[in-house]
Amino acid sequence: MGIKIIKLLTFVIVLFIISVFFISLNKSSFYNTKVLEGQKISGINLNHFSEDRTIIEKDLKKNNFTLINFWASWCGPCRLEHPFLLKLKSEKKLNIIGVNFKDKKSNAINFLKELGNPYNELAKDEFGRQSINFGIYGIPESILINKDLVILKKFIGPISKKDYNFIKNVIKKK
Amino acid sequence: MKLKIIIFFILLNINSIKAENLKANKNEIFKNIRCLICQGQSVADSNSEFAQTIKLVINDQINEGKSEKEIYIFLVEKYGEWIVYKPPFSKTNFLLWTLPYLVFLIGGFVIFFIVRKNKEN
Amino acid sequence: MLSNVGNLLLSLNILIGISIIFFSIKSLEDRTDLIGKNIYNLCLFQSTSIITCFFTLIAAFIISDFSLITVYQNSHSLKPIFYKISGTWGNHEGSLLLWAIILTIFSYLFLLINNKHPKRYRIYTLIIQNILIIGFLIFLLFNSNPFSLILPAPKEGLGLNPILQDPALAIHPPLLYIGFVGSSIYFSAAIASLLTDYSDKQFAQSIKNWVLLSWSFQTIGILTGSIWAYYELGWGGFWFWDPVENASLLPWFAMTALIHSLIVLEKRNLLYFWVIILCLLTFILSVTGTFLVRSGILNSVHTFANDPTRGAYILIFLSLMILASVFIFFKKFRSKNYNVNSNSKETFILINNWFMIFYLITVLLGTVYPIFTEVLSDNKVSVGPPFYNTVIIPILVLFLYFMSLGPQARWIKNQFNNLKSIVIILFGSILMNFVIVYLFESYSVLSNFIIISSIFLIFSSIKDTIKLFKNKDFNFSRIVSHTAFGFLVLFIGLNYNFSLEKDFNLKVGETKKFDNYSIKFKDLNLKVFKNYKAVIGEFKILNLRNNSEQSLTPEIRIYENPSTLTYEASIRTGLLKDYYITMSNIDRSDYYNIKFQKKPFMLWIWISVIIISLGGFLRLFKNGNKNY
Repeated sequence: MGIKIIKLLTFVIVLFIISVFFISLNKSSFYNTKVLEGQKISGINLNHFSEDRTIIEKDLKKNNFTLINFWASWCGPCRLEHPFLLKLKSEKKLNIIGVNFKDKKSNAINFLKELGNPYNELAKDEFGRQSINFGIYGIPESILINKDLVILKKFIGPISKKDYNFIKNVIKKK
Repeated sequence: MKLKIIIFFILLNINSIKAENLKANKNEIFKNIRCLICQGQSVADSNSEFAQTIKLVINDQINEGKSEKEIYIFLVEKYGEWIVYKPPFSKTNFLLWTLPYLVFLIGGFVIFFIVRKNKEN
Repeated sequence: MLSNVGNLLLSLNILIGISIIFFSIKSLEDRTDLIGKNIYNLCLFQSTSIITCFFTLIAAFIISDFSLITVYQNSHSLKPIFYKISGTWGNHEGSLLLWAIILTIFSYLFLLINNKHPKRYRIYTLIIQNILIIGFLIFLLFNSNPFSLILPAPKEGLGLNPILQDPALAIHPPLLYIGFVGSSIYFSAAIASLLTDYSDKQFAQSIKNWVLLSWSFQTIGILTGSIWAYYELGWGGFWFWDPVENASLLPWFAMTALIHSLIVLEKRNLLYFWVIILCLLTFILSVTGTFLVRSGILNSVHTFANDPTRGAYILIFLSLMILASVFIFFKKFRSKNYNVNSNSKETFILINNWFMIFYLITVLLGTVYPIFTEVLSDNKVSVGPPFYNTVIIPILVLFLYFMSLGPQARWIKNQFNNLKSIVIILFGSILMNFVIVYLFESYSVLSNFIIISSIFLIFSSIKDTIKLFKNKDFNFSRIVSHTAFGFLVLFIGLNYNFSLEKDFNLKVGETKKFDNYSIKFKDLNLKVFKNYKAVIGEFKILNLRNNSEQSLTPEIRIYENPSTLTYEASIRTGLLKDYYITMSNIDRSDYYNIKFQKKPFMLWIWISVIIISLGGFLRLFKNGNKNY
């Protein structure tokens, strides 16, 4: 009797393990922080780019939607997403905050002069400290939050046309 | 006799017990944090942009007096559980930490019974 | 042309495999006790054709025939010839061909060498091994064919990843494959033994040399991988509990348990079914490891390129293997009575197996746990070195004590009449530990236990040696391996506790001073080599305690084919310690990030592992003189 139980148990465990392996073949092994969507952001303390003040949570709560975009003049893909950011600037419900990441002030200003300034507010993150508070691990990266500071979507890499349409749809709803 | 040996053994090792240091060890923490853009390296071993930034922030937090545990909780909150190499002891990870010892105990019992059955024979 | 030859040989091999099975089945039905000449010849033919096939691929690499996709993706005409050759098995498809060779050659040699054993047993082994061979060749031919063509043939290849161009890594796969691919033969033999009820000590004798061979090679195979990681990967460590490393360690645990249980089966005719389980488990773990590593479901430093169809194929093969072997095992399982005294060598060997299974389960669990959590809860967790170290090391302490006591126990019934000497040795170990702590630095409680228990093992083994010298009953190989294991743990423990690591940024001309060292960034040079450019940093390490100087030259290498950047560590290997420096550039800055490490006893860690496997080879050599 004891042997029968062990036999059954063994078969069940083996089948279970094999099925899990089969299912896992379809899953991607690349990690992204999309798991954080739905959480609130916190600990916000962004230095303004040119003025001597900081942007904190209270400031962000004033807007219906905010898109926080991390960029730098030395970042190639940032140029790809710039046209979409410029288009989004005209959206009244959306406030775009640009965070200049580990960059030289003059280079950043030249970059915006060359490609246009899509940002309602400009902040700087000289050593990257603030990026960690937003869960950023590469640039460009953008976060869409609502009035309650809940992360609606994380955009890893440059904003594509699909992302642009997604943002437009979301802000239309409210 | 056995008791004397054990006591002697403990006395001899008292000096090592006080050697445990209480300050959050920078290197230990770096070795436990995964570099998210690398293929299987800790931030201690990587010099990527991300690794440098994280090390900076962890250094800040250590200087502020945060404990090792608090730093891990902070990072997991921002990046998910995948960023720490030592899986925290939670509901999902319960099996991971207990199964090995369970197997160890079961193995011990198996041997005990095999061997005991024979004492009775 | 080479492609056609290769494909032809692969298909031929499948046909030969089928005919071997056919003739083997026929041979089972006839009355004689002998295996026909035709079967021997077919096996020889099979071996020669697969070896020829392999040489065909090597030839393609040497002449840089880029019409073959594998050569195109993994080689370049400017590559040094040694690495062109080793590039043959440094990629997925080529390494599978190496798999096929080992499966085939072992099949033939087993048939030849085991001629004193029953015909039915040998025939069944041959049949099952050939089923494995055919399954593998089908996978090779239809999914991962090293001879597939790319047309039109490119003029130049994509090149071999420069970190793979290293002598240790070149021999790492062949050594490792003789290890865990070689375990296929006793997998097949175990099933054959079940099917033919060949379960006495002769069965143990028929496979024991094969287990020893595969174990010894597996040990060195793992060593070369660690040496490569230490010298090439630039972080100064030699074991990261990375999934690929774990995949090679899992079969090793099973093999070690098997070696010990075989002794019991041979001497006392006990533990037959447990030995069978271990035989099946070893090869199953080998294929599982291959699946985990090549399917792309695990994230690792060592991953090959990812292709989910590959994973599906291997998983199907693995599933069939597991289901078939489990089915046959349960069908033939018969409950046996065990006559094991609690104080006996048999018990100590059981204890060894108990610990090996514990290590196995821990490493297996840690490796596959992320897969399970991702499938079942969509949450990705990481399981890294802190987990393995925390779980395994305390148990290792106990293990070392048992290792010391076990070999001294007698078979059947033991009397520990040498309790006094055990206590003396324990006292001596504690004293030794105290001396180390007093003279150098103190370390954690756990480290104390590790150091004490490893010294205990070493002293016990030395005492053993002295006793046995008098006795003439010399089990030299066992003492060699066990003592070396004690030294290995000791050196790893000391290395871990006395390593120094310093991470800082420096500009050319600057000096960094800390603890007992002063490091000067003397110069930076650019040199051009055959297939790369190197930025070489010159560093002077001054040891302030004894005023000795060392110069180290880490490099940043810029390769063209493929376009990669590598960081070459500069290592000064000494008798007592290694100095280790890596240098990397910081974007948009004049500063370089320097990582300096002092690592004691590295050389002795390597030597210990070599001696462990030497014990296995010694025993093999001694056994080889008798014909089992």
